[in-house]
Amino acid sequence: MFKNLLSILLIGVFFLAGCGSPATATPAAAAVEEVTLKVFAPSSLTDAAKELAANFEASNPNVKVIIEFGHSPTQRLQFTEGATGDVFITAAQKDMDDAITDTTVAAGTAAVIASNQLVIILSPKNASNLQKLEDLANPGVKLLVANTDTPIGKVTLLAFDKMNEQFGDGFKDKVMANIVSNEPGVKPIVSKVKLDEADAGIVYISDAVSAPDLKTIVIPAELNMVTKLNAAPLAKSENPALAATFTAYLVSTEGQAVLQKWGFLPGTP
Amino acid sequence: MPYHARIHHVKPILGFLLLGGLTGILLAAPLVVLLFRGTEVGLQGYLSDPSVLDAARLSLWTSVISLLITLVLGTPLAYTLARWSFRHKNWVEIVIDLPIVLPPLVAGIGLLLTFGRNGFLGSILDQMGIHLPFTTMAVIFAQTFVSAPLFIRAARLGFANIPPELIEAAYTDGVTELFLFWHIMLPLASRAMLNGMILSWSRAFGEFGATVIFAGNLQGVTQTMPLAIFQGFEVNLGTALAISLLLILMSAAVIFSLRKVEKETILSN
Repeated sequence: MFKNLLSILLIGVFFLAGCGSPATATPAAAAVEEVTLKVFAPSSLTDAAKELAANFEASNPNVKVIIEFGHSPTQRLQFTEGATGDVFITAAQKDMDDAITDTTVAAGTAAVIASNQLVIILSPKNASNLQKLEDLANPGVKLLVANTDTPIGKVTLLAFDKMNEQFGDGFKDKVMANIVSNEPGVKPIVSKVKLDEADAGIVYISDAVSAPDLKTIVIPAELNMVTKLNAAPLAKSENPALAATFTAYLVSTEGQAVLQKWGFLPGTP
Repeated sequence: MPYHARIHHVKPILGFLLLGGLTGILLAAPLVVLLFRGTEVGLQGYLSDPSVLDAARLSLWTSVISLLITLVLGTPLAYTLARWSFRHKNWVEIVIDLPIVLPPLVAGIGLLLTFGRNGFLGSILDQMGIHLPFTTMAVIFAQTFVSAPLFIRAARLGFANIPPELIEAAYTDGVTELFLFWHIMLPLASRAMLNGMILSWSRAFGEFGATVIFAGNLQGVTQTMPLAIFQGFEVNLGTALAISLLLILMSAAVIFSLRKVEKETILSN
C-alpha cells in the first residue's frame, strides 16, 4: 500500500514537471525579455497598488510588477535580514526615514506619493448607537485599533491625545478601555467591523473608501493625524533605472489620479 | 518497548545515517540560530517587561486549560471511535481530523463565523449575554479547536492497538464497561495518550493564526506569546527574539517533563 502511495506521488511530480516545461519555454520565444519589478507596499495600499501596477504594466509591456503587501516596519526588517526587491513604499514618513538610516534606501531618492488620514468605521448594526466622535468614550463600545507599534497604530494614539485635549474628562482613558483588540493591521479591522464583531474601528480614509458599504464618522482635521506615504527605489535593486521610473510614475499625474480615486490625499497639500 | 540495536557496522547503514543526519541538521538549524541570536540579545532586559510576562503567563495557563479540556472531552470521543463501529464512522473521523490540515487562519475565520456575535451559534450565546470574540475564553477555544484533533488521533490509535483478546478476557471476568475503561483500557493506552498530550499541548502553546482572528490581540487578555512575538517583530527584532527564546525554553521544559512521565509509564507497565 505504501508503495502504491509512493508511485501516485511520483506520477504527480512528473505530471507537474511536464506542465512546467512549456511555460518556461515561452519567454525564450518572446522577442523582448520580461523584467520583473518587485514592489513592497503597505496593506492600506492594496487596491490602489494593484491598479497602479496594472497601468504600469500596460505602458511597459515587458515589465511584470509583483507587489508584496505587509507592514512597513516588518518589511524594512526583512530587507536588513536579506530580502531583495526593487521599490519600497512605506505607510509613514518614519519608516522611510528608518530605511534611509539603515541604507536600505539611498538618501535623496525617496518621494512623498500621498497622504492619508484617520476615519472611524461603524459596524452595519451599530449596536452601540455611535453618532459622533465623542461617543467613542461611551462605556461598553467595542473598539478595534491597529497594533500600537504599527504606523497607523501610532498615529491613532496621537489622535486620541488631540481628542483628549478637546473633550477632556479622561476621554483618552475611556477610549483606551474600550479597545477590545490591537489588530495586526488595518484590513482585519475592516473585516471584523464588517462582520459586526466590533462596533467601530479606526482605519485610514483610503481603507474606508475600499469598503463603501460601511458608515463612517469623520474625524475633523484639527483632531486628525496626517501620515505621508513614501516611495523609493531600494538601494540593492537589480533594476535601478526601472525602479526609479516606477517611483516617478507614482508621483506623475496618472499615478496621482489612481491614488486619489482610492481615497488617498495628495502628498503635498 | 521497541527493540533498539546498537550500531556495530557503519558501512551497510551509511545511507540511513547520512540522510537521517541531514534531516536532523536541517530541522535543528533554525532552532540553534534562534537560541544563539536570542542569547545574544539576552533575556534579562525583557523578563521585566510587563507585556512579555503577561504573554508568558497567559500562554501557559490557557494552553494548560486547553489541554485539560482536550483530555476530558477528547478521551471519550477517541475511545468511542476506537471501540465501536457505527454508520458513517469514516466521515466522522475525517471531520475530526480535518482541523489538523486546516490552515489555522481558516480555523479562526470558521470560529469567528460560528461563535462570533452574529455567528451560527454565537447569536444564541449573544442572547445569553455571552460574547466570545476578544476574550480569553476565545483564546482557549481557538487553541482547543486546532490542538484537540492531534490528541484524539493519538489516543484513538492507542485504544485501537489494545489486543481484543484482553477485552474478551475482561468481559469473561464480568467487568463493567466503566471498569474496563478506567482500570484496563486507560492504563494500557496511557503511553499513546501522553504522546498525544505532548503534540496537542505544543500545538496549543504555539497557536497563532486562529487566535489572532478569533480572539484578537490585547495585552493580558488575548495576547499570547506567539502574538507578542509577531508584534515584537514589527518594533525590533530583539523583543521578538527574546520572547522566542523564552517560548522555546518553556516548550522544551514541558516536553521534557511529559516525556519523563511517558518513560515512567512504560517502566511501570
